[in-house]
Amino acid sequence: MSAALEFRSVSVFTAQERPLLEGISLTVDAGTTAILLGRSGSGKTTLLRTVNAMIVPAQGEVLVNGTPNSGSDPIHLRRSIGYVIQETGLFPHFTVERNVGIVLEAAGRPRVQRIQRSHELLDAVGLDPAVYAQRLPHQLSGGQRQRVGLARALAADPSILLMDEPFGALDPLTRSEMQDMLRGLLGRFRKTVLLVTHDLNEALYLGDRIALLREGKLIATLTPAQFLASDRPEIKSYVDAFQRGEQVARR
Amino acid sequence: MNFLAQYGSEIAALTVEHIWLTAAAMLFSTALAVPGGIWLTRSTRWAGPILSIANVLQTIPSLAMFGFLLPLPWLGERAARIAIVALTAYALLPILRNTYAGIRAIDPAIIEVARALGLTDAQRLFKVELPLASSFILAGLRTAMVTCIGIATIAAAVGAGGLGELIFRGVASVDNRLVLAGAVPAALLALVADGVLGLIERRLKVRA
Repeated sequence: MSAALEFRSVSVFTAQERPLLEGISLTVDAGTTAILLGRSGSGKTTLLRTVNAMIVPAQGEVLVNGTPNSGSDPIHLRRSIGYVIQETGLFPHFTVERNVGIVLEAAGRPRVQRIQRSHELLDAVGLDPAVYAQRLPHQLSGGQRQRVGLARALAADPSILLMDEPFGALDPLTRSEMQDMLRGLLGRFRKTVLLVTHDLNEALYLGDRIALLREGKLIATLTPAQFLASDRPEIKSYVDAFQRGEQVARR
Repeated sequence: MNFLAQYGSEIAALTVEHIWLTAAAMLFSTALAVPGGIWLTRSTRWAGPILSIANVLQTIPSLAMFGFLLPLPWLGERAARIAIVALTAYALLPILRNTYAGIRAIDPAIIEVARALGLTDAQRLFKVELPLASSFILAGLRTAMVTCIGIATIAAAVGAGGLGELIFRGVASVDNRLVLAGAVPAALLALVADGVLGLIERRLKVRA
């Protein structure tokens, strides 16, 4: 299997020289989903943002489909990579339809094509275009907004999707619906996904591989089964913290 | 009625002159302050000093401002030039400040997404930042416009014309009817401008 994404000893520092990421090396195979898991401030979002050159590493490089991303024009690079963030990411003054088509609009594609593609994708994420295409983001529920965000990320048919806590702001039930929908979509369209979360449940459910980060360092990269079975203390503590409620309730 | 028959056409002509002075000043100040405000959001370290300068301009008493400009070459040759330059100076601050504040008030996540989706700087400005800041910018234009219409009455002191002429003449001849003939249309102009711009401003407001 070929690597869609490869981080080679990536280090990032703050303006005050404090390390945010230290020598991260990680490979994500094409068509798989890799989870970046860790506490707030562990560097997972920073690592995600090096992929589309929103952050340029001080050391090391990021290969996207085999080529270092520092070599490509950042505008082109970003248009070729899908991007989803927590619910605030929709443009509040654009209709749903225009939000979904914005990457195509930015690339100068004709209006008819944009609208057609946008309706296609709204369908794919389970929103009837006849009902939702002309709405504004504030007229949608949190889950619906996130569906629109996902449709927008898919509009230019990118091979890679970056997702930064996409379902973090949703209630647990809506979140699980969204996770199901994402799994369904990934089954239909083969995408390489890099997803940031601090929710272990989400990581286990969606990930082919889980990369655990702590204080800017990569602790381990494991499959979900390996993660649960691991007896390394820093992994166990994560699993334990996650299962606390269940354990107490069973007693 | 007699009064209107006697002064009606003069009031109309001076109103037109008043509008022309204000409109010219608004045009210049918008052309300077909107791009200026955008530039300040890109080089924020200049924002403090530049906004302070605009602030100081705003505090110069208008009669003094006209007086200062009077002896200047080229400008002093024609009263309308002085009036337009002075009014432009007064209109700068509200437009500059609101353009700057309007763009800075946009949720950083929105700007971040615009960049991450691959919008160019120009696309980000015209498709995202300006539309989202437009109601702010318009509020600035509204304040500037109302200020200009008011201050333009003082321009008559240097002979620039406008409705102030009737007011000054009325004061000099102790004729309240003349004062009102200048003041009432000027106030109406300000109210109409305020109302119309306020209406547009509400229509442009974006719900988050």
